[in-house]
Amino acid sequence: MNPFPITDTLFYALSVILLVLLFASASVALLGWRFPQKDWLELRQRVRTWWWIVAVFVLAISFNHTVSLLVLGFVSFLAFKEYLTLVPTRRADHLPLLWAYLAIPIQYYWIWDGWYGMFIIFIPVYAFLFLPMRMVLVGDTQGFLRAASTLHWGLMTTVFSLSHMAYLLVLPSDVTGSMKGDGALLVLFLVVLTQFNDVAQYLWGKSLGRVKVIPKVSPNKTVAGFLGGVATTTLLGWLLGPVLTPMNPAHAALAGLLIGVTGFVGDVVMSAVKRDLGVKDSGDLLPGHGGILDRLDSLTYTAPLFFHYLRYLYY
Amino acid sequence: MADRPSPLLRLWHALLRLAFVVGVAWPVTLVWLGLAIRHRERLPLRGPAIVVANHNSHLDILTLYTLFPLSQVLNVRPAAAADYFLRNRAMAWFATRVVGIIPVIRGGASKSVDPLAGCYDALAAGRILVLFPEGTRGEPERLSEVKSGLWFLGRRFPEVPIVPVYMHGLGRSMGKGARIPVPFFVDVHIDRPLPWQEDKAAFKAGVQRRFAVLQKKAAGLADDDPTP
Repeated sequence: MNPFPITDTLFYALSVILLVLLFASASVALLGWRFPQKDWLELRQRVRTWWWIVAVFVLAISFNHTVSLLVLGFVSFLAFKEYLTLVPTRRADHLPLLWAYLAIPIQYYWIWDGWYGMFIIFIPVYAFLFLPMRMVLVGDTQGFLRAASTLHWGLMTTVFSLSHMAYLLVLPSDVTGSMKGDGALLVLFLVVLTQFNDVAQYLWGKSLGRVKVIPKVSPNKTVAGFLGGVATTTLLGWLLGPVLTPMNPAHAALAGLLIGVTGFVGDVVMSAVKRDLGVKDSGDLLPGHGGILDRLDSLTYTAPLFFHYLRYLYY
Repeated sequence: MADRPSPLLRLWHALLRLAFVVGVAWPVTLVWLGLAIRHRERLPLRGPAIVVANHNSHLDILTLYTLFPLSQVLNVRPAAAADYFLRNRAMAWFATRVVGIIPVIRGGASKSVDPLAGCYDALAAGRILVLFPEGTRGEPERLSEVKSGLWFLGRRFPEVPIVPVYMHGLGRSMGKGARIPVPFFVDVHIDRPLPWQEDKAAFKAGVQRRFAVLQKKAAGLADDDPTP
C-alpha cells in the first residue's frame, strides 16, 4: 500500500490530510460555481495557501532530521523576520540584530545534535545575556530596555518556542518501547491538533458564539467558540493520541485539552501584540491568511507546553 | 559609449550580469529579505521607459532587478553616481560590467559634457532606465528632495513613461554605512506612470508628491487598496 520510505502510520495520516485538502478545494470550486456572484477570492487564496503549507510541512517531517531541521529552522527565520519587520528597532542595533538572527541556526544545531541541556537554555540564558552586552558595546542608551526586551521576546516566541516542535523529531524512543522514536508523528499530532483547534474555535464561535471572552483584544473570540473548540480538540486528541503517539487515551485527551486551551492563549497573545503595533495581519506572506505569525501564533504556546507534557510523562 | 566592444565580450558581460542577478540579487532580496510587491502589472516590461525609485540603500538596485523577469533584466540599466562607483578600476569594472550601471556625473554639470548623455543613449536604444531622482541614499527611510535630472530626460523623451516605484524597508535593512543587510520583509509599491510637464518646478513637485503618497501607503497610513 505504502510506496514511500515512511512509516505506514505517517503514510495513512498524510493521506487523510490530502483528502481533507482535496475536499476543501472541491468545496470552494463548488461554491464558486453555484454562487458565482459572491466574492470567493479570499477563501480560494486561503485554501491554495493551505496546500503550500501542507507541502512544506510534509517536506519538513517525511525525510531525515537534517532536512526537517533545515525546513523548520527556515520557518523560524521567516517568523522572526516578520516579527522584527513589525516591531520598531533602533538604527544603532544593526549588528545586534544580525547576532540575534545567528541564534536561529545555532538553536537548530543543538536540536540536530540532540543536546537537550543546551537546547533548553541557549536562548533563555546565553542569547538573553549576550545580546544586551552586544547592544551596550554600540553605546546608545536611548530606548535600550525597550529594544533589548522586544528583541528577546521575539527570539523566545519565534525561535525558542517554535523550536520545541523540531525537538519532538529527535526525542529518543519512549519508555514504553512501543514507538521507535518516530518524532514525525509527534509533530503531526501537535500541528494537526493546534490548527484543528483554531478552525474548531472559529466555527463554534461563528455558529453559537455570543458572549465575548476578551473584546478589547480580539472581538471575534467568544465563550462558546472557546469551549466548543477545546472540547472538540480534546476529543480529537483522545482519538488520535493512541494512534500517533505513545500516550494512552487519558493522557492523549488531556494533551488535547492542553493544546485547545493554550492554543487559544497563543492566538490572543499574538493578537494583543498586533493590536499594540496597530496592524491587522502580521504580514502578507500567506495569501488569504495574512503573515506567517498569524498561522503560527497558537503554536508558540502549544509547542513548548505539549513538548514538556509529553517529555515529562514518556521520555 | 562610442566604442562598441566585440560580440564575444558583450556576451561575456551579459552572462556576468545574469549571474549577478540570479546569484546575488535573487537570493538577497527573495530569501534573505523577502518582497511584498503591489501592482507588479504596472511595471514597464518594454523600453524605452523610465523607472524612478526612492534611494536608501545599495539593496535598492538588487530589488529593482528582481522585479523584472530574467528575459528583460539585461535591458534594465540603472543610472548611478560616477564619483562614487568609478572611484577605482576594480569598482568601476564591477559597477559597469557586472551590475550594469550607467555612470552619471553628479553636482555641477560641466559645460563640455552633458552628465545625462549615457541616459539619453540608453533611452534612445530602447532600454528601461532606472533613476534615483533623490540623487543620494540620504537618511534611511526618509525622502530627500527630487533633483532636476529627471525633468531634463523627460524633456528630451516626453513620450517615454515615467513609473514611480517606492521601496519600504531597505534603508532599515542596510542604510548608508552598513555592510551586511539585516533581514526584514520589504514592501514594493509600483505606481501609475507619471506624465512629463513643461513646468519644471510643478513636475518636480508632482514626483515628490507621488513618492509622499506611496510612502504613506507603505507605512499603512492610507487605506490600502485590496491587491490581487
